[in-house]
Amino acid sequence: MDVLLQQIINGLVLGSMYALVALGYTMVYGIIGLINFAHGDVLMVGALTSWTIIGLMVDSATGMPGWLILLLATVIAMVVCAVLNFSIEKLAYRPLRNSPRLAPLITAIGMSILLQTLAMIIWKPNPKAYPSMLSREPIELGGAVISVTQITILAVTAIVLALLMWIVNKTNLGRAMRATAENPRVAALMGIKPDVVISATFIIGAMLAAIAGIMWASNYGTVQHAMGFMPGLKAFVAAVMGGIGNLGGAVLGGVLLGLIEALGAGYLGQLTGGVLGSQYVDIFAFIVLALVLTLRPSGLLGERVADRA
Amino acid sequence: MFLKSKPAQLVAFLVVAVLMLLLPIILQATGSNSWVRIVDVALLYVLLALGLNIVVGYAGLLDLGFIAFFAVGAYLYGLLASPHLTEHFAWIAAMFPNGLHMNFWLVMILAGFVAGLTGLLLGAPVLKLRGDYLAIVTLGFGEIVRIFMLNLDRPINLTNGPKGISGIDAVSVFGHSMSQRLTVSLGDWSYTFQPVTLYYYLILFFVLVAIVIAYRLQDSRIGRAWMAIREDEIAAKAMGLNTRNLKLAAFGMSATFGGISGVLFASFMRGVYPESFILMESVMIVAMVVLGGLGHIPGVILGALVLAGLPELLRHVAHPLTAMTDGRLGPEILRQLLIALAMIIIMLLRPKGLWPSPEHGKSLSKTAEAK
Repeated sequence: MDVLLQQIINGLVLGSMYALVALGYTMVYGIIGLINFAHGDVLMVGALTSWTIIGLMVDSATGMPGWLILLLATVIAMVVCAVLNFSIEKLAYRPLRNSPRLAPLITAIGMSILLQTLAMIIWKPNPKAYPSMLSREPIELGGAVISVTQITILAVTAIVLALLMWIVNKTNLGRAMRATAENPRVAALMGIKPDVVISATFIIGAMLAAIAGIMWASNYGTVQHAMGFMPGLKAFVAAVMGGIGNLGGAVLGGVLLGLIEALGAGYLGQLTGGVLGSQYVDIFAFIVLALVLTLRPSGLLGERVADRA
Repeated sequence: MFLKSKPAQLVAFLVVAVLMLLLPIILQATGSNSWVRIVDVALLYVLLALGLNIVVGYAGLLDLGFIAFFAVGAYLYGLLASPHLTEHFAWIAAMFPNGLHMNFWLVMILAGFVAGLTGLLLGAPVLKLRGDYLAIVTLGFGEIVRIFMLNLDRPINLTNGPKGISGIDAVSVFGHSMSQRLTVSLGDWSYTFQPVTLYYYLILFFVLVAIVIAYRLQDSRIGRAWMAIREDEIAAKAMGLNTRNLKLAAFGMSATFGGISGVLFASFMRGVYPESFILMESVMIVAMVVLGGLGHIPGVILGALVLAGLPELLRHVAHPLTAMTDGRLGPEILRQLLIALAMIIIMLLRPKGLWPSPEHGKSLSKTAEAK
C-alpha cells in the first residue's frame, strides 16, 4: 500500500472537516471579534442529534436507503444547531456586545461547558457507536484505500464551500456580512442591520459545524459529549494559521493542518527512529501554529493590520 | 499599609484574621475532613488566580496556557521528592541510596526559578503577537506540556505517563511532617490538628505572601508600567517604556507563581497526574480572574473562591437531586453545570466582574478598537 498517497487522502479528509469548522470560527471572529469557544460543542450537538435521528429512523422506517436517512438526519441536525447557535448568540453574546473584551469570551467558555454538560445529561456520558449509513466497501485508488464515506466528505465539502463562496460574494446577505466585518458602524449607517447579519453568521456557522460533526462521527464511527473539543480546538488553530477573519485562510489553514497531521502521524515514528510516535500528533498543530505566527504574525492570508492607536 | 488604617479598619482586619485562623477548626467540627479539603483546594486556586492576574489583569495579555507552569512546578516536586526516579534509573538510585527526598523549600525556590524561566522562554518568541493570537499560542503551549507529560514514559520513563507519579513526600515544617496529625497540649487542654488543617495553614501562608507581593507589584513602578501597556500599548511605548521586556517580566513573574503553586499542589495531593493539567483548568483560572474583576486583587480572590468553592458547596447540598434524577445528575455533572451557569449568569449581570477595580474600569474595553 502506498503510504504517502494514503496519508494524503486521510489528510485531505481530515482537513476538509477542519476547514468547515474553521469557517464558523473565522466568520464570527471577523464580524464581532469573539473567539466562539462553544463552536466545537455545536458540532458535538449536531453529531449527537443526527445519531438520535438515525437511530429512530432505522427502527421505524425499515427499507429506507441509508443515504436518505443520513441526508434527513443531516438536515434536522443543521436546523437544530442553527436554532441553538442563534439562541446562544442572542442570550450569551449579544447583551455583552459593548462590554470589556474578555466578558463574552467567558460566557462563551461557560456555554461550551454548559453544552457538554447538557449533552452528558441528555445522551449519557458513554461513547456511542455511530452507524455507517453508506457502503462500507472500500475503493482501491492507486495503491491506497478510500471509503465511500471519505469520498462523500470530500465532495460535500467542495459543494458547501462553493455555496458559501456564492453566498458571501454574490448575495446581498454576503455583501452585508463583508461590510459589517469591515466596519460595523459605517455598515449600520448604510442601512445594514448588524444584529441580523450577526445572527445570520451564527446560523451559517452552526450549519457548517453540524455538517462537519456528522462527517466526523461517520468517519470515526463514534460519538460522545466531549467529541467537539479537539476538532474545535484544531479548527480554531487552523483559522488562526490562515489568518483569522479570512474565509480563504480558514480553508487553507484547515486543509494544511489536516495534511500536516496525517503525514506527521504516518512518518513521525520512522523519522525519529521510534522515539516520538503518533501520540505526539496533537502537538503538531501547535508547533506549526507557533512557527507560522512567528514568521507571519497575522497568519498566512491575514491582512497586516497596523496597531490601532 | 496597615499602619495608616483607621481603628475600625484595624478591628475588621483582626476579625477577618481570627476567622481565617479558626475556619478549619470550625469546619473540622462537622466531623469530616472534606470541607477543609475543599477550602484547601479553593485557596490553591486563589494562589493560581493571583499569579495569572499579573499577566491577564495587570499587563492585559490573555494567557490560556497558565496551567503548564503549574504542571512544571508540580512535576518538579513530584520527581525530586518521590521514589519514581530512583525506581526507574539505577544511577540515580546509586547516587541517593536513601531515596530521593529533596527538601520542599529548596524545590519551591527551584520550581519558581524553572517555571519563571519556562515563562520567559515561551514569552520571548510569542509576545509580539496581538491579543487573541497570543491567547491561542499560549493555549497550544499548555497542551504541548500536557501531551509531553502524558507520553514521556517511553523511551525513558520520566513522567510515568498517564499513571502519573505517586508517593510524593509531604511537607515538613519545623521538623513535623504535615502528613501526621499534630497534637498541641496546653495544660489539660489539647487539640489535634488533622493533616488537611495543617495544609490549610501552609497554603494560607502562601496566599497571604502572594497577596502582599501582588499589592506591592501593583503599586510599583513596574506594575504601573504594566497597566500603561494594558490601557494603550502604543502610548506606553511612546513614553519610553520597554514594552517587550515588561511583558516578558509579567510572563515570568506569573509563571513563577504558577510553579510555586504547583509544588504546593503536588505535596498536598501526594501525587501528580497529567489529567490535573488539562486546558479546562487554564480556562477555569482565566474565568476566576475575569469573573472576579480583572486586575483587582480582592475581586480576583473572590472570583477564585466563588468558582472553586460554590459548586462544591452546592454539590454537597444537592445529593437528593442526584437520587431524584436516577443518577443522571451525578455530583460531577452537577458541579460542571453550576460552574457553567455561574460563568454565564455572573458575566451577563456584571460584565466587569463581581468586584471590579474602581479606577481601572476602562481596562481591556472595546471602545478603543474600531470593532
